[in-house]
Amino acid sequence: MARFPVGERRDISIVLCGAAGQGVQTVEQLLVKLVKGAGYHVFANREYMSRVRGGNNSTEIRVSSQPVRALVDRIDVLIPMSGGIRDNIRARLDDETVIVGDREALGEEFAELPGTFLHIPLASLAREAGGRVFANVIAAGVMAGLFEAPEEIMERYFRKRFGHKSRETVDRNMQAARMGIERGKELASEGTLAFALQPDPSVEERVVFDGAHAVSLGAVSGGCDFCCGYPMSPATGVLTFMAQNAHTFGVAMEQVEDEIAAINMALGASFAGARPVVTTSGGGVSLMCEGISLSGVAELPVVVHLAQRPGPATGMATRTEQGDLELAVYGGHGEFPRLVYAPGSLEEAVRLTHRALNMADRYQTPVFVLTDQYFINSYYDLDVPECGSWEVERHIVEAGPSYRRYEMAEDGVSPRSVPGYGEGIVGVDSHEHDEEGHVWEDFELRTRMNAKRLKKMEGIRSETVPPTLVGPKDYTRLVLCWGSTLHIVEEALRQLQLPDTALLHLSQVYPLPAETEGYLQQAEHVVAVEGNATGQLCNLLRQETGFLVEDRVLTWKGLQFSVEEVQAGLREHLA
Amino acid sequence: MRDLKEYELDVVDVAWCPGCGDFQIMEALKKALAEQDLKPSDVLLASGIGQAAKLPHFMKAHFFNGLHGRSISNATGFRMANPTMPVLAIGGDGDMYGEGGNHFLHTIRRNPNITNLVHNNMVYGLTKGQASPTSPLGFQTPTTPEGVVNAPVNPIALAVSLGASFVARAFSGDVEQTKETIKAAMQHEGYALVDIFQPCVSFNKVNTFKWFKDHTYYLEESYDPWDRTAALEKAFEQERFALGILYRCERPVFEYQLAPYGERREALYKGRPDPGKVQRFIEETYV
Ligand SMILES: Cc1ncc(C[n+]2csc(CCOP(=O)(O)OP(=O)(O)O)c2C)c(N)n1
Ligand code: SF4
Repeated sequence: MARFPVGERRDISIVLCGAAGQGVQTVEQLLVKLVKGAGYHVFANREYMSRVRGGNNSTEIRVSSQPVRALVDRIDVLIPMSGGIRDNIRARLDDETVIVGDREALGEEFAELPGTFLHIPLASLAREAGGRVFANVIAAGVMAGLFEAPEEIMERYFRKRFGHKSRETVDRNMQAARMGIERGKELASEGTLAFALQPDPSVEERVVFDGAHAVSLGAVSGGCDFCCGYPMSPATGVLTFMAQNAHTFGVAMEQVEDEIAAINMALGASFAGARPVVTTSGGGVSLMCEGISLSGVAELPVVVHLAQRPGPATGMATRTEQGDLELAVYGGHGEFPRLVYAPGSLEEAVRLTHRALNMADRYQTPVFVLTDQYFINSYYDLDVPECGSWEVERHIVEAGPSYRRYEMAEDGVSPRSVPGYGEGIVGVDSHEHDEEGHVWEDFELRTRMNAKRLKKMEGIRSETVPPTLVGPKDYTRLVLCWGSTLHIVEEALRQLQLPDTALLHLSQVYPLPAETEGYLQQAEHVVAVEGNATGQLCNLLRQETGFLVEDRVLTWKGLQFSVEEVQAGLREHLA
Repeated sequence: MRDLKEYELDVVDVAWCPGCGDFQIMEALKKALAEQDLKPSDVLLASGIGQAAKLPHFMKAHFFNGLHGRSISNATGFRMANPTMPVLAIGGDGDMYGEGGNHFLHTIRRNPNITNLVHNNMVYGLTKGQASPTSPLGFQTPTTPEGVVNAPVNPIALAVSLGASFVARAFSGDVEQTKETIKAAMQHEGYALVDIFQPCVSFNKVNTFKWFKDHTYYLEESYDPWDRTAALEKAFEQERFALGILYRCERPVFEYQLAPYGERREALYKGRPDPGKVQRFIEETYV
C-alpha cells in the first residue's frame, strides 16, 4: 500500500511527536541507533517547547542510503505518541504521509488529517508487555522491523541504559521491542508499509553524535582542562558533557552561580595556565561581556561557546536563531582582538573548537564558537574525527627574574607565563597598564599598549579559516551562508540544480577570511541565507568589505530553515 | 622571617590618602607573608576595583587585578587550575559585598582555599564617598542625602550562617593583630574571610579611627571559635564589635575534589594532553 522512499528520493523522513516527558527523546535515540545499525545514514533533529511536561515536541529522523544532513518539511511517516498535534506539524502532512499510531488512544483529531492512518494497537500491546511505558519501545520496534535492524542493537541500547538497574528491566524492554519488531515485519511482508533502501556497509564504521558533543569533543581534543558555566538552553549539553566526562579527560569543572562567575573563573584559571571553555547562550554572553572585555585587555585566553537561541532577552528558550553574530563580534566594551568561528558541520565543530583553544592560546584573547539550538541538537553519522593527530599548541614560557607580562612585541603577542612557572612575577590587569601589568595612566603608554593588543589582529587575519565553496568554480551566481545552515542550503541547491550557481559557506565569520571578497566579486548575483531578521552577516560584510548583498533569504520564526524553505527563497531570487 | 623589602616594587606611586587604613593592612599583609617565609613569587594577590583593590599594585607578588566585584571568582578559577599556590582575594566592602555579593555567598558554599581580605571602611572610597553595603543606618552621603535607610550587610553573621569555614574580624589600626589574623586565615585550609575595619579618612567622618577603637574589643582567650551559636551571638552584637577569629569549622576544600586532582595536586599547566585519548573515546562511545 505505501512504499518509501517515493520516486527518485533516496531518503525516508520519519517524524515522532509527543508530549514532553513521554520519552520521545528515548525513541529518537533508539531509532537513530537502530537505523545506523541496519546500515543506513541518518540525520535527526528535534524541536521542543520550553516545558518539562505536556506540550508537543517533535523529532525528525531522516534515513537514507546516502549521507543526509539537513532538515526537510516533508513527512513520510508520522508517529504521534499522543494527541494535540500542533499546526507546525499538521502543515507538513500531505496525501503521501503515513501516520502510524494507535487510533483509539489518539482519538478523533486524526480523522481529518491528510495521509493514510495505519492503526497499531500500541496501548493494548503495551499493556500486554507490562505497562503504558512500553508504548514507545514498541513503536521503535515497529520501525526496527520495517528497517530490518538487527535485534542486538536494541538489546545493547537497553543494557547501556538500564543495565545498572536490573537485568529484568532490560529483558522486559526487549520483550516489548520484539512485539513491535514482529508488527513491523508483518507490515512489510503484507506490503502495507515497506521501506526499501539500499544499506551502505561503510556506515558501520561511522559514529553518530550531536552538535553539543561535537563542540565538547573539540574542546577536550584541544586540551580543554577547565569548564564552567551556568545552565542555559541550548548550551547546557556542553556543560553536561564536561561534568560527565571530567574524570576521563581531567577537566576541572563547576556549575557556577551565574555567567559572570563563569567567565571570571575561567579567566582566573586561564591566568593559572589552564585551557578554559565556557558555554552559554546569548543571554549568558550578555552577562559575560565585561569579562570578555577583561580577557581582551588582560590578554587571557578563553573560549566562549555561544549557542544561539532567539532573543532579545529571554526570547524563545528552546528555539533557534542566528541572531547573535553581532553580539559575538562586538560584545564587550573597548577595542580588542577576537575571533569568531561558526561551524557548518559536526566535523567542523570538532575541528574548529579544537582550533579555538589553540588560537586563544596563541593570541591570548577571547575566541567564540558560535552554534545554535538547531546545530546543538542535530546529529548524524560521520567518520571518526582524526583528532589523535591534531596538535595541542602550548605557548606558555618560563618567567625569568625580569619577566614582564606585557613586554612589547613586534606581533603584539607578549610571551605569556603563569604564576609559579619560573621565578619571575606575573601580573595581569583590567586597567590600562605598563609592561609589568601595573596601572599606569599615561597617554603614550595607552596608545602603545592598545596598539600592541590590536596588532594581534594581523596575525589572526593571516590564519583565518577559508570559506568553503560548493559547486562550480566558474559560477556567476553565489549563495552565501554561515554556521549551521550549510547542509540545508547545500541540499536545497542540489535539488534546485540552478545553472552557474555555487554556495559559499563561512565557518569563520570574524575576522572575515581574506578570500571572501574575491568570491563575492566573481559573482554577478549574490544571495545570502541567514537565520535572522536583519542579515547580520551581510551587514558585517558591508562594513568590512564594502560589498553589499541586497538579496537575502531570512527566517526568524524560531525554527531553522527547512530545505524546502531555502529552495522557495532561492527560487524567488535566482530562478 | 623574610625581609619586608622583598615585597617592595622598584617604582610605585601609592594612590592612597595619607592616614588611610589601607597602608596598615598592606604592612600587616607583608609581615604575614614574611613570617610564613613566602616569597613574592609564592603567592597570588587577586583583587577587583576600588581603593583597597589597588593594593597589589603597591607591593610585589603575582597579581590579578580584575573587575569590580569579581576577584573571588578569579581567585577560585585560579585555585581550580593551580591548587598549590596560596591565593588572597583583596578588596573593599563595596567590591566584595556589593558588586560581588553573589560570588561572596557562593564562594562560601564552595569553600575554596582562598583568604579573603575585605577592607571594610563602610563607604565607597574610590568613587568618592557614596554609601556602601556596610554603611550604618542614617549615614549621609551624596547619594543618600537623607541618610542610609537600607539595613547594612552583616558580613560576619552572613558568613557564619552560610558555614564559612573561617571567619575573622580585624582592625587595621592594630597591625600586629591584623597580621596574626591574616596568618591564621592563610594557614586555614578552605575559604577564610577576614573583614578588616579600615578608616577612610577622606569620606567616612563617622566611622573614624577613634570610632573603631571605641567600638571594638578582642575576643577573650576562653572564646571557642568552633561553637557556631556563640559565633552568631557575637556576630549580632551592636554596641561593640568583637575582633579575632569568630568562627571556624572543618569542611572539604573545593578544588581538591575536582577531577584532575586526587593524590597528586599539580597545576594544570604542567599536564600533558594525550591527543589519542579523545579519538579512542569517540571510537568507543559513538560507533
Ligand atoms: C562595573 C563597575 N561599576 C562601578 C565601578 C566604579 N567603582 C569603582 S570602585 C567602586 C566602589 C569601591 O568601593 P569599595 O569596594 O568599598 O572600596 P574602597 O574604594 O572603599 O576601598 C565603584 C562603585 C566599576 N569600576 N565597575
Ligand atoms: S579615599 Fe578613603 S579608602 Fe581611599 S585611600 Fe583615601 S582614605 Fe583610603
